[in-house]
Amino acid sequence: MAVLDIRGLSVGYSTPRGELRALRDVSMMVPEGKIVGIVGESGCGKSTLISAIIRLMAPNARVGAGEVRFQGRDLLAETEAQMRALRGTQISMVFQDPMQTHNPVLTVGRQMMDIQYRERLSRAEKRQRAERMLALVGIPDPEARLNQYPFEFSGGMRQRIAIAMALMAKPALLIADEPTTALDATLEVEIIKRLRELQDEIGCGVLFISHHLGVIAELCDEVVVMYAGEVVETGSVRDVFHAPAHPYTRALLECDPGHIKVKTRVLPTIPGNIPDLVNLPGGCIFADRCERRHAACAARPAMALAGDGQRAACHLITERETA
Amino acid sequence: MSALLEIRDVVVRFRVRGGVFSSAGSVDAVSGVSLDVEEGKTYGIVGESGSGKTTLARAVAGLHHASEGSILYRGQELRGLVEGAFRPLRREIVMMFQDPIGSLSPRLSVKSLITEPFRIQGMRERDLDAEARRLLAMVGLPPEFAARYPYQISGGQARRVGVARALALSPRLLIADEPTAGLDVSIQGEMLNLLARLQDELGLAIMIITHNLNVVRHITDRVGIMYLGKLVEEGETEAVFAAPQHPYTLALLAANPEPDPDAQLMRVELQGEPPSILRRPKGCEFHTRCPFAQPRCATEVPRWQAAKGGAHRCHFPAGWDTAAAAS
Repeated sequence: MAVLDIRGLSVGYSTPRGELRALRDVSMMVPEGKIVGIVGESGCGKSTLISAIIRLMAPNARVGAGEVRFQGRDLLAETEAQMRALRGTQISMVFQDPMQTHNPVLTVGRQMMDIQYRERLSRAEKRQRAERMLALVGIPDPEARLNQYPFEFSGGMRQRIAIAMALMAKPALLIADEPTTALDATLEVEIIKRLRELQDEIGCGVLFISHHLGVIAELCDEVVVMYAGEVVETGSVRDVFHAPAHPYTRALLECDPGHIKVKTRVLPTIPGNIPDLVNLPGGCIFADRCERRHAACAARPAMALAGDGQRAACHLITERETA
Repeated sequence: MSALLEIRDVVVRFRVRGGVFSSAGSVDAVSGVSLDVEEGKTYGIVGESGSGKTTLARAVAGLHHASEGSILYRGQELRGLVEGAFRPLRREIVMMFQDPIGSLSPRLSVKSLITEPFRIQGMRERDLDAEARRLLAMVGLPPEFAARYPYQISGGQARRVGVARALALSPRLLIADEPTAGLDVSIQGEMLNLLARLQDELGLAIMIITHNLNVVRHITDRVGIMYLGKLVEEGETEAVFAAPQHPYTLALLAANPEPDPDAQLMRVELQGEPPSILRRPKGCEFHTRCPFAQPRCATEVPRWQAAKGGAHRCHFPAGWDTAAAAS
C-alpha cells in the first residue's frame, strides 16, 4: 500500500492578476519504504505540493480539487487539530537551510528532548534517545555534543541533526525539501548516504525534492518529473533516466553538464520560458518549448503508459503505439 | 609574455575579535595564493564554502586589502592602492556578484542599473539610451527591459542584467562569483554560453569562482582548487580532470553525483568535517580529512611541486589516471 497517494490535486493562488494555477491535476504516490524523488525547475510547483501535503499553505492558496491520501486518510478533510497531531509524528520534514532550522539559543540536546514531548519517558530516557539518534547520524562524541548550541556545529552536521530530529518519532513519511542544496559537494554525498542508511533502518517512505538530477539518480527508487504545475513523467529512476519518455525530461537530462563527458564550450539549453500560470495556454503545457511539437499538442495529453510502470503525459507515446 | 593578472603569494588577513575567553587575533582567509590569469582565457577557482575563493576574488577587485604578496595587473601593482587610485582600474577589472537580484538596487530601473558605471566613471558624454540598448542586445534581452525594475524580472534575466552592467565599460578582466548558483540547469547553460560568446567577441579574461565542477570542466582553461585559503592543486583544466593529483581534488571530483543511476562511482570519502581556519592543522592541512594520510603528513608541510600540466601540494600525490583506476 502507498504511504502517500495524491490524486488529481489542483491548487491555485489568488493574485491581483487572477488565479495563479500552481498545481493542476497532480497525481503521484510514495509506496511504503520507498524513496521517491520529485524533480523540476523553479516554478514547477514542488513547494506548493509539499505545503498542500502538510496543510501549511499560504493564506491566498486554495485547493481546487483532489485528494491527499496518507495511509488511507484524506488529509485535506482532516481538522487542524488532527493535522497537528500528524505533523512531526507521522509526517516529518527536513528543510533546505540547515542554518535556520534550529533554535539558536537552545542547546541541541534541549531541542532534541523538547520534540519528544509526546513520549511518556523520563528526562534521562529522552536524553539517551537523543544521544543514540546523534550517534546514528554519525556525530562523534554525541553525549558532549548534546550540550552544545547550533552555532558550534558545521552546516553538514546541522543538517544531520535536523535529519536525526525528523526521524526521532519514527514517522511513516519523511519529506525532505532540497536538504543538500545549501551544502558543499563532499557533504552532500555524505548526507545522501546517511539518509539512505537511516531510511533502510526505519523503513519509512521518503519524498525527496531536488532540482539536482545527480542526487535523485543516486538516492531515489522512483522519480516524478514536474513542469509548470503538472506531472509530466513518473517511473523508476533507472527507466526515466535511461529512457526518458517525455521531451521535457529528455531536455532536462541533456542540459545537465554532468551528463556531458566531452568538453564543450556551448552547453545545451531549453529555449523559451515557462508559461504564465495565470493565463495558461491550452493543450500540452510544454508544447511551445518542445522540439517535437505537432498538431496533436493542441490538446492536453493524458498520462500514458510508456513502459513497465513508466508513464508520461505526451501524445508521442500513444501515437507510437497506434502507428 | 606575461599574464594579464599575476597573483603572487597573496595573503588576505582579517582581524578576529576575541570572545570572552580568547584574545583578539587574526586569521588568514587567503594564505599565500599564486596564480596567473592570461588575456582572453578563463580561470576557474573551485573550493567549498569557507575556502577563501570569494575573498581572493574580492582582493583582486580591490574590495579587500591584500596583507602580503603582490597582485600585478598588466604589470601594475594593485596591492596597497587607495580607493582613488583604484577607481580608474574599475573600468578594466569588474566584478559580478553572486546574488543576482540582491546585487541590483530595487529602486533603479534596468536602464539606470546598466548605465550606472558610466555615471560613476564620469563619462557624461555618452548617450545613455543608446548604451542601454547596446548592452541589452549584447546579453540577449529585448530593449523594453530598460524600463523594468528588478522585481519584474526572473533570476536568469537578473543575471543577464548583471552581465550587461559588468561589461558596460568594456573591461578586460571579469570576475564572476558563482555566476550560476541558484539557476535551473536549463538556464545555467544559457548563462555560461553567454559568457563564452562574450569572451570570444570581446577578448575578455574571466576569473570564475564556483563550487560546481561540471561548470568548471566545460568553460575554463585553467583551474585552481582551494582548501582552507590555500591552493592545493592548480593546472590546465583537462589535465586536472584527467589525472587529479591531490586527494582533495580527487574527493571533489568523486563527490559529483552523476545523473545516471548505474554510474559506477569511485568514491573517495573524506573523514570528519572541514577544520576551522582559526585552528589550522599542523603539517599538511588536509591530513585530518585525508583518506590516504600517512604519519609524515601530520608533521611535515608538503612543498608545492610541479606535475603534468600543473602543480600540487601533497606528499603522496595520486599519480594515476582516474579512468584507469575506475576500470
